[in-house]
Amino acid sequence: MKLTRRGFFALAGATAAAAAPGAACAWESKAPENPYSCLVDITRCIGCRKCEQACNEVNHLPPPATPFDDARVFDAQRRPDEKTYTVVNRFETGRLDERGQSAPAYAKIQCMHCQDPACASACITGALSKKDNGAVHYEVTRCIGCRYCMVACPFQIPAYEYHNALTPEVRKCTFCFERITNEGKAPGCASICPVEAITFGRRAELLETAKERIRKDPARYVDHVYGEHEVGGTSWLYVSGVPFERIGFQKLPAAPPPKTTETIQHALFSYLWSPALLFGALGGVMALTHRGEDKNQQDKGERS
Amino acid sequence: MSQHPAPVARPFWTPGVLVMVGFMIAGGLALLYRFTGGLGAVSNLDNAYPWGLWIGVDVASGVALAAGGFTTAFLGHILGREAYEPVVRPALLTAALGYTFVAFGVFVDIGRSWAVWKPIIFQNHNSALFEVAICVMTYLSVLWIEMIPIIAERYGKKIPLLGALDRGLSKFMWVFIILGVVLSCMHQSSLGTLMAIAPTKVHPLWYTPWLPLLFLLSAFAVGYPMVVVETTIATSSLKLESETPVLSRLIRFTILTLGLYMAIKFWDLADRGAFIYLWDGSGRSIAFWAEVGLGVILPWVLLLFPGVRASRRALFTVCLFIVAGVLLNRINVFITAFAPPFANHNYYPAMGEILVTAGCAATIMFLYRIGVTYLPVLSARRIEEVES
Repeated sequence: MKLTRRGFFALAGATAAAAAPGAACAWESKAPENPYSCLVDITRCIGCRKCEQACNEVNHLPPPATPFDDARVFDAQRRPDEKTYTVVNRFETGRLDERGQSAPAYAKIQCMHCQDPACASACITGALSKKDNGAVHYEVTRCIGCRYCMVACPFQIPAYEYHNALTPEVRKCTFCFERITNEGKAPGCASICPVEAITFGRRAELLETAKERIRKDPARYVDHVYGEHEVGGTSWLYVSGVPFERIGFQKLPAAPPPKTTETIQHALFSYLWSPALLFGALGGVMALTHRGEDKNQQDKGERS
Repeated sequence: MSQHPAPVARPFWTPGVLVMVGFMIAGGLALLYRFTGGLGAVSNLDNAYPWGLWIGVDVASGVALAAGGFTTAFLGHILGREAYEPVVRPALLTAALGYTFVAFGVFVDIGRSWAVWKPIIFQNHNSALFEVAICVMTYLSVLWIEMIPIIAERYGKKIPLLGALDRGLSKFMWVFIILGVVLSCMHQSSLGTLMAIAPTKVHPLWYTPWLPLLFLLSAFAVGYPMVVVETTIATSSLKLESETPVLSRLIRFTILTLGLYMAIKFWDLADRGAFIYLWDGSGRSIAFWAEVGLGVILPWVLLLFPGVRASRRALFTVCLFIVAGVLLNRINVFITAFAPPFANHNYYPAMGEILVTAGCAATIMFLYRIGVTYLPVLSARRIEEVES
């Protein structure tokens, strides 16, 4: 009987060991081939907040806390929330323009529409999914409100209607899904930008454009296209004149977060092989330990 | 020593029970507020901290602390160690009640409570949470199926349908017993996988791809100590004979399971080079030391002494430390370690969250008390019976 107990722990150990990173079954990215993308050129952005306004109108969002033409909004760092899908923040760079005045950098933030989104991998019902056109799309009819997407998002983007008691929704940038899918238009923010700081196009071409700009004017740009490799790549790409760490962008690993968890899940539970094995092993042990008991006793033993 | 399990003949309404009812009412009021004003009205949850006390304690810790159910079922039913039979039923009752309130905790925490069934239809097999949800739902059903023989033993004659159900199930009960252990191993580990999706948001003292293994091993480790704690509290508050002889033998297994958990935990810390965070004096490093120093190392060392295992008081205290250590581990992984990149504040539970959690804990104890009063769960005899 001691042997069987050891046998159980060995089995449990082996089962758990299969959960190890780098287990045999290889994880494959489900990123769309060449999705729609936006390239944000931070060196061009003038902080006019027209993109915020367009976003607000296209998505029928409530009026903003501070009017869109009020520059005092830049005094504090803001985050997108359930009423605001995109915000522009100002960062003092220490640089001066040709007239000797402070030249701040403005950074627009919104959902990055990751190529292998953690939120969609985490979502219990698949309410969030990565569409072929690049959008990370939210389907409220599936959502149960568990907020695991918010836990998973490395960019801290999805927001929640905490004050709605019964039908709250997860809210985030939609990539203007309807506009780009059915109307053939660019997202609201990209359409309106007066200085072409936001370019809408296909990801591969925009990556080329970004690298081209850096190559042509290396003094203007840092040599980094943010979103090319971060968390496995994103549909929103950025180029900047100041290092990204100084304008509110995190240094992120190149591995997509779902790689770890999906490798664990599929290594352990593909075809339910490990539960089936464990069930069989325990059944064998149980048969062994209850051997010799006559049927009557066995019934009694199981019932107590 | 022990008799066959029987209902406990003690008056039900005691001052302690009334205190529980008080907590239940307070929790109920907070719940009313949650379902009228929304999660924002009762909780400190926000866009930076989407999970708090309810997920960390009611759900994650609830699952871990109900591990007594499958670990004793394994020992008593699968390995057929009949000496441990007296602890199997109380552990099963605790697990059944515990998981019922895990499910309730999820129901309260999710924003669209009425949509709680949707994962059955809309399945994302990439999601660890999906697997946890399905396993918990199934296991909850299995636990109440396992309870049927106990309920039928008392009421099977009065309610013919119940008796018939019990007789029909008895042939297949082995399936449910094994299934219970398998489902437990699955979701105990997958609960650990949950936070593995946020490598940049979970502090390196806790973030590891080995989280599922650590969660599974700590569930193995906390099962019997939890049985010791609840049995000791039940027998002393109901003035029953002490079950220490069984518990002292039971807890020997914990030396192995807790030791294994401790070894893997330290190997993982060393492997990732996360030791450097142990000495920075931050709140998180202190939380880690409290969890591992007081909740794992200290009780493991103490358990090695036969004198500690034999003494009712010492055994209870040591097991309480282990239980607190695993509880703190779940709180640490889900709450303390969670560091959203753009938050300029920390999360602390609001009074409303605390009242709901306390109310749920009180309800579990209240229902346990009803369970042992009316159902043949506890085997220990009343002290006056032992003495006479």
